[in-house]
Amino acid sequence: MYFNKNGEKVSRARWKEMYNAFKNRQELVKAGLTSRRDLMKMGLLTGAGMLIAKNGLSTRAWADTWGGGSCRTGTSGCGNCASPTTRPWMMNMPIPTVKQPIALSALTGPAPTIAPNNAINPATGIAYEGRTRAHQSPIGSNGNLPFPAATVYQVNQQVANVSMSLDLPMQRLWTFDGMSPGPTYASHCGTPILIRNYNNLPADNGGFGINSVSTHLHNGHTPSESDGFPCDYFASGQYYDQYYPNQLAGFLSDHVSTNGDINESLSTLWYHDHREGFTSQNVYKGLVGHYILFNQYDTGDETTGFRLPSFPNYDIPMMFADRCFDATTGDLVFDTFNTDGILGDKFLVNGVIQPVLHVSPRRYRLRWVNTGPSRFLQIYITDLANPTASNPFYQISNDGNLLPKPVQVPAVALGVAERSDVIIDFSQYAGKTIYLENRLNQPNGQGGPTGSVVGGGQGFLMLKIVVDQPTAVDNSVDPATLPSYYTLPSVSASPRVTRTFDFNQDRNGQWTINGKLFSCNTARFTVQQNSLEQWNLSNGWNWSHPIHVHMEEHQIIKGAPGLYGSSSDDSSNYSRWGSEYCWSGCSTSTSSGVNLSRKDTVRLVPRASANIKMRFRDWQGRYVMHCHNVIHEDHSMMLRFDVATTGDTNSNP
Amino acid sequence: MSELSRRKLFAGLAVAPLAGALVARADDSHPTAPPTFAPRLSGRELMRRRYFPNVELITHHGQKVKLYDDLLKDKILVLNLMYADCQGVCPTITENLKRVQKILKEEINHEVFIYSMTLKPEEDDPAKLREYVKMHGIKDKNWTFLTGKPDEVDMLRHTLGFADPNPEVDKDKSKHSGMLRYGNEPMALWGTCQGSGEPDWIAQEIGFAIPRGLKKHPGVNE
Repeated sequence: MYFNKNGEKVSRARWKEMYNAFKNRQELVKAGLTSRRDLMKMGLLTGAGMLIAKNGLSTRAWADTWGGGSCRTGTSGCGNCASPTTRPWMMNMPIPTVKQPIALSALTGPAPTIAPNNAINPATGIAYEGRTRAHQSPIGSNGNLPFPAATVYQVNQQVANVSMSLDLPMQRLWTFDGMSPGPTYASHCGTPILIRNYNNLPADNGGFGINSVSTHLHNGHTPSESDGFPCDYFASGQYYDQYYPNQLAGFLSDHVSTNGDINESLSTLWYHDHREGFTSQNVYKGLVGHYILFNQYDTGDETTGFRLPSFPNYDIPMMFADRCFDATTGDLVFDTFNTDGILGDKFLVNGVIQPVLHVSPRRYRLRWVNTGPSRFLQIYITDLANPTASNPFYQISNDGNLLPKPVQVPAVALGVAERSDVIIDFSQYAGKTIYLENRLNQPNGQGGPTGSVVGGGQGFLMLKIVVDQPTAVDNSVDPATLPSYYTLPSVSASPRVTRTFDFNQDRNGQWTINGKLFSCNTARFTVQQNSLEQWNLSNGWNWSHPIHVHMEEHQIIKGAPGLYGSSSDDSSNYSRWGSEYCWSGCSTSTSSGVNLSRKDTVRLVPRASANIKMRFRDWQGRYVMHCHNVIHEDHSMMLRFDVATTGDTNSNP
Repeated sequence: MSELSRRKLFAGLAVAPLAGALVARADDSHPTAPPTFAPRLSGRELMRRRYFPNVELITHHGQKVKLYDDLLKDKILVLNLMYADCQGVCPTITENLKRVQKILKEEINHEVFIYSMTLKPEEDDPAKLREYVKMHGIKDKNWTFLTGKPDEVDMLRHTLGFADPNPEVDKDKSKHSGMLRYGNEPMALWGTCQGSGEPDWIAQEIGFAIPRGLKKHPGVNE
């Protein structure tokens, strides 16, 4: 029996035909005839650009080509995807509810313990808790770190039916508390919280996902046992008590007297599943959410502190994602056997395909998170009545943590997991409709080497913003006055050790860092706690990798990428995905503009390098560095490192 | 999609041919009624239809087998690619898999099948594969080496994601993928690990697909 890409039975003759079409395409690719124009000229591409979708061999054929298919004209399929048509702008953009704490006594199950609760739960026959390591000292013995924390939450990971579009069936997602994105945690710096994280996910995965999870707080300065280390997964029926200290970095080391360094303040974090080998499947299935931290300056109240637009009315978190749906059933589908990266042809904001947001004509703070799985974004404000006009706005963070001061930008580029807080003054668009548009034309899940930035109105419109709400008083500070936020902590000291890391695909198509493969059981090197390190990251390959380091933020001292280039550039030019077109910081120079920032994810563009510096303070234990194209991550582009009292000086670990 | 709406779609595309056709454009095509979809598939059925054509392969014993019916269905398994004359990564992976199989036998209460499919079906007939099995001292009855019709084997290599996206790399068989696919077919649990990693770690990863403490595979809808 033979099947086409939709799983329909076909004759062997038809299968042969599909196979030949696929082989032909390989020949074309070899001959260098890969552009739409070439293929159109030869009559090989259908009107809808569905060379492979119509005549191809299988889902795999899509991902097997370099730059084939059209990723911009999404209804015609892109990458390995050809979703059903959906009407845009039919649903309002969901804003996830803010998670409310509960009384300690209201937790389900036994009271939290410092040591993992290994007692057997008679209801499940396995241990109550999935944690394997005790909450590390000084949790429970330090006045700042009471145990249990005064603020306690309980969240439930469960399957739920969720609507992503009126034109698709309800989707059976994996959620936190029935929502994807899950509820937003709005916490305060200096106030530790404890989250009892229950896994009640079903064994029936609907085709992808594993009901064994490890929830990572991305950007958190978190002790290892609560960080969501990939192998700290816990089973369905178990809970895992995650203790988030919410302390400023340095509070136990170089800034004890001030209880941490205020310039290490965090603001826009996010949580997502990090289950070893299954992160992409579980994240794709819905296990993500926002986590926001306020402090005495970034207060969430526009009449105090930095006077940033007030939360939650004018301070709105947004998660961007792209997804693919089965043309026959309308269900969310995941390309399980794709190891290169997955592109969807449907764009979601906070879990809904192309939603609408109604706003008042005033300033808003939007917190943008790119949740992937593999797509890079470059986001512009587009007025379709005048699509070529530039509509600049203010970027106030690069990875969620406030810059020294706002920077006016024409667009923001976001690799997977990168974040940016922006301030947009909608008073200039009063009565109008504008769009958030991703103009980066990404040809494949690998992230390069071709691709370009298209003209205004020709990209993917992700969110429709209608400025039709009543006028509202605006007490927030105008970012054009360039108010100061935090000072960048100095990293000018000599590093204790400089380590180099090459991200590559060698050893027979296996993802490697420095030629070595990932294992949870092996720490590749040990960082000496509280010391400064420099890591030189290089990308020896033609693909792009957003590299994320857990536990501490870094500063990019060299090689920070800027915005992507224009559509008129040479398509074979690697720098199109590089940094020749620097808005603010170039590959070969020191950082400037928005790249003068604290980051936790650095975009490595094809054949580029970046040098970062950071201190790993306060906590110890096992952490990871990995590519945040979650497909690459799951195929082992990751390494474990440990932080301990004594470190090594392995420069090429 | 009805023929009418299909025609409409093409007409729309003809107006804005190469550069324009915006999917996401406001107020583009509005179907008058929501489309009807086929009923949801079970995860297992979804995977079978998308990835597992039931092609015929030949074992190193010369037995004809069907990919889905005989090799995947109801099984926990590991799949890799090799060829008999491979001097590169194959011997390492084969030796790793021998150790992995031993570890799994000692620690896990499940049968785990290993399938090693040749990349060079035109050279590797069952006799040559038997030689390979003998040379590596493989005695396990649950470890099967497979060959088949060259075009079908090549198709499977693509379907199961073992092909390199770069055609130049892809045609060099010595650079073939060193990945291992592992899966629990009834549970639709499929993962990947790297064949030249540490055997203990490979065994641990394959164990991800095996529900702990269960003597039998739980049903898909359990």
